[in-house]
Amino acid sequence: MSEWQQVASADDIKPDEPIKVQIGDDDIALYNVGGEIFATANICTHAFASLADGFQEGDEIECPLHDGRFNIKTGKALCPPVEQDLKTYETKVEDGAVFIKA
Amino acid sequence: MSANDHFVIIGAGHAGGVAVQALRGAGHEGPITLIGDEPHLPYERPPLSKELLQTAGGDGFRLMRDKAYYEENNVTLKLGVKALGIDASSQRITLSDGTNLPYDKVLLTTGGAVREVDVPGADLKGIHYLRTIDDSRAIAQSLIEGNNLVVVGGGFIGLEVAASARARGVNVTVLEAAPQLMGRALPADIAAVFLSLHEENGVTVRLNDGLRAFGGADHITRVEAVSGESIAADFVVVGIGIVPETELAVSAGLDIENGITVDEFARTSNPNIYAAGDNTNHFNPLLGRHLRLEAWQNAQNQTAVAAQNMCGSDTVYAETPWVWSDQYDVNLQMAGQPAGWNDLIVRGDLPGRDFIAFQLADGKLDAAIAVNRARDMRVARRLMDASASLNIDDLANDEISMREILKSATS
Repeated sequence: MSEWQQVASADDIKPDEPIKVQIGDDDIALYNVGGEIFATANICTHAFASLADGFQEGDEIECPLHDGRFNIKTGKALCPPVEQDLKTYETKVEDGAVFIKA
Repeated sequence: MSANDHFVIIGAGHAGGVAVQALRGAGHEGPITLIGDEPHLPYERPPLSKELLQTAGGDGFRLMRDKAYYEENNVTLKLGVKALGIDASSQRITLSDGTNLPYDKVLLTTGGAVREVDVPGADLKGIHYLRTIDDSRAIAQSLIEGNNLVVVGGGFIGLEVAASARARGVNVTVLEAAPQLMGRALPADIAAVFLSLHEENGVTVRLNDGLRAFGGADHITRVEAVSGESIAADFVVVGIGIVPETELAVSAGLDIENGITVDEFARTSNPNIYAAGDNTNHFNPLLGRHLRLEAWQNAQNQTAVAAQNMCGSDTVYAETPWVWSDQYDVNLQMAGQPAGWNDLIVRGDLPGRDFIAFQLADGKLDAAIAVNRARDMRVARRLMDASASLNIDDLANDEISMREILKSATS
């Protein structure tokens, strides 16, 4: 039932400064990796922490609480204590507006 | 080390859970036995004072791994069983279920027990401590709107419980004998930010006022403060720290001083016995001294190091101590262990609860405290790990991003 939804302006998402948006019950983090926009679930799979407050380095995001890291593009959990992968969302940018499929 | 060595982990809390995963991760193929006096599989403790108290029903309790994991990994579980003593010469552990368990190596992840108050009325019903999930669930049952809670101790646990109780509409008074909140961790001007946070949220905070007695016939009804104030209480939560569990270490003849003495490899004074987590007074090479921490980081990362070293590695545990607390919508993080606080450099808005404060020593970052600045704290921790030389004006200037400071300091 997922459909494209406009969630942000691409200018709002600076490299290495992820932001969070809410779509229904979904808490979603948006990232700028080398000019491309990616989206993952915002809540760390290990414990309640907002990844948008975390430390982004290239295509990796580090949880602000426990230093667990995920690949932003694939959602893959990269190191302890995180084990479960993050949900990722399809994104597209049209006329400077960011859409995600959720 | 032989592939069939029997490794016994005593203590099935967070550290015990990490130990199982890390031993298997390091390639240990021999038998593992996990002994814990709680009836539960390993779980992490941070949510017990936060998420699990903030909603009715205490949703969100998660085990680190489910039972199937331990079966698949050939781990013998002895839960609800207490280890009574270790005979280090015959390498055997006496258990409360009557077993006399032989071992090749032992890892002590026994943590600690809550420090109890010794005042008149201390055995009345309705007086809680918080260490285990069962403790948390018992407290949750008393979190009824309009109830009166007195929290004894204005440290991390006490204040997290106070914040959670306010979320449930409970009337809260915090009793703290010291002149400020979180006195073990924070300088006075930052503690004052948290005093106003709690007062704004309707908590009555009584500083410079200690506990004299609990009053009531069978169940607690009043808390008598040293000042003479008598405070109505339907229940009490005492949060005044933990006492490290060292009885087993004593039975094994290990060196003990404010916890089990271990080196930077998590080795005790006995070559077959390791220890990790809240119960260790461990050598930190970054600080050049021993310290004992009651913190998630230590339970996680020191234990992982201990497990690797039990498997023949020589890995050093050397991290800047780091703790956090969540109270209401405020995330507090602190890194470093300064002897005292002086000349704090503040970036951001201190009364607005959006800042990170730094303390320098010899031009390098010695400690940092972040309030709602998790990302800046991550950079600060990197600056500390890199022992980078820093410019005070840049640190205080919120217009220069922490990331830029990191880049120029480490390039």
